Amino acid sequence: MCTRRLIAGTLAAAASVAVASAAADSSFSEAATVEDIERVYWTVQPDGENLPEGSGTAERGAPLYAAYCASCHGADGEGGLANKLVGGHGTLASAAPDKTLGSFWPYATTVFDYIRRSMPYLEPMSLSNDDYYAITAFLLNKNDIIAADTVIDKDTLPDVVMPNRDGFINAYPTIPRRYDYLE
Amino acid sequence: MANTVADLPRVAGNGLLDRRFFMKTLALGAAGAAPGLAFAQPVGEGQPEWVLAPGATTDDYGTRSRFEVERTKRFTVPPGGWGSTGRSIAAFTPHHLMHGTITPAGLHFEINHHGIPDIDPERHELVIHGMVKRPIKLTVDALANYPTETHCYFLECSGNSLRLWGDEPIQARLDITHGLLSASEWTGVPLSLLLDEAGVEGGAAWIIAEGGDSGAMSRSVPLDAALDDSMIAFFQNGERLRPGQGYPMRLLNPGQEGNTNVKWIRSIRVTDKPAMTRFETSTYSDLMPDGKALQFSLAMEVKSVITRPSNADILPKRGVYEITGLAWSGSGKITRVDVSADGGKTWAEAVLQEPVLSKMLTRFRIPWQWDGGPAVLQSRAVDETGRVQPTRRALIAARGKAGRYHFNGIHSWGVGEDGSLTHVYA
Repeated sequence: MCTRRLIAGTLAAAASVAVASAAADSSFSEAATVEDIERVYWTVQPDGENLPEGSGTAERGAPLYAAYCASCHGADGEGGLANKLVGGHGTLASAAPDKTLGSFWPYATTVFDYIRRSMPYLEPMSLSNDDYYAITAFLLNKNDIIAADTVIDKDTLPDVVMPNRDGFINAYPTIPRRYDYLE
Repeated sequence: MANTVADLPRVAGNGLLDRRFFMKTLALGAAGAAPGLAFAQPVGEGQPEWVLAPGATTDDYGTRSRFEVERTKRFTVPPGGWGSTGRSIAAFTPHHLMHGTITPAGLHFEINHHGIPDIDPERHELVIHGMVKRPIKLTVDALANYPTETHCYFLECSGNSLRLWGDEPIQARLDITHGLLSASEWTGVPLSLLLDEAGVEGGAAWIIAEGGDSGAMSRSVPLDAALDDSMIAFFQNGERLRPGQGYPMRLLNPGQEGNTNVKWIRSIRVTDKPAMTRFETSTYSDLMPDGKALQFSLAMEVKSVITRPSNADILPKRGVYEITGLAWSGSGKITRVDVSADGGKTWAEAVLQEPVLSKMLTRFRIPWQWDGGPAVLQSRAVDETGRVQPTRRALIAARGKAGRYHFNGIHSWGVGEDGSLTHVYA
């Protein structure tokens, strides 16, 4: 292990000297490669940046959801051991707001991003990109946001408009000046 | 002592005394030692057994007294772990059993949405990339070569005190109501130094931090905040981070809501826009009465709570007690804490324990004479920006009750004639 790290470190350092000769003696980092970045960076942006190849539909996602998700989230996304994912539309301003993936989440890209990086809970990252697209499509369809045969992929997912797309206000950096607390 | 108390001027209603009271009276009480043993025979007769034989050997990592193991511990949720995973995801700091301002690492609160990873530091790297001139990566060994800084900071989950939005005052102890709050001395490398080394490009405005846990926890943090005082921490209270605190390295964003302080950090991407991750949209956002949600409400607001006496205590008799508690603000230093013994009708200024540090827990104290009658004890903090801790009523008037996060209202303890304390809304 030690030897391997030393060699890798020496090579990377040699490579980076030419690139960043300005890096002072106080630098102890190594140059990161594309592979290094891809291994640790899983974020998908709302504009679709970093979405992978692959595709799926709600029809294909239904059996996947039943197999990998339903035991915690309920057969129809009604919730159980884990969060409710379906329903609650139109309740956010009511006395009993019901914040679900369908009623509250502002971006469809976030649905794919979060499921892919962290689900199924006990085996995250264990499915294929096609599977994650299909499960995303299933949940969007369950919430009446897309049709059952709509193909979800890196081009179509960013165009899906969630019902609560405009429901968020960026409070930074005004917090905590936003309220006059004095009675 | 009671005779001297009667002559003292009150500084506010219902028994609050001049804050110098203990300093004055303790000086008088320091006389008199126990008389010597009167008999010959073994001189140790009557001594406890631990005096009469050598104690235990030293070991290579100290442990607490066996008498404290069951008494002073965190409350975990759920206590036995979720049925589906066997894991508890939350642990609450028991402030009603503690003193001072530093939280021992083993009592620090935790929220682990996807469990605590068992990371081999030899196989863990932080990669800094995106809108930078030179993407870099660092092991924790590499990180240790950089100049470090050490600061004391509190950490608070924005879900701390969320039960206090409820319609009825919950009769739970301080770990439940205020235990998602802790404070440590953190040592790490300023993030600005590492970002400078990578060379942030023009137009960059955010960083996206991702952890190495099984949920790859991800949050977007404004670049100006990250360049201000964020650090990559790898020591806590003088020792390496515990796994539950992000071993081998974590992001620390002083004063910001706990979730942005991404543990087990392995990726920082510099970008021009936030990622709108699950945790910064659907989870840690504050739903307002009109159905809109505040997002990136990052700074933890000015807040305080009386930790002793609390509903874990019973006042054994009429007499003079020290009221003490904690105050903090994500915007800077605490400048003043007022205490009331009559439910907010009158207030007196408490003593702040020095040193008072920015974005750190500050302990306050004031003596109080309980005359045996009903009382409502409250504390109200003010920070260096002039922000004042609101009453619960004012907070709800401004924000409604559905926000769930960022509750910083004044906390009230009702004192009964039997000396018991209950959580009340006042």
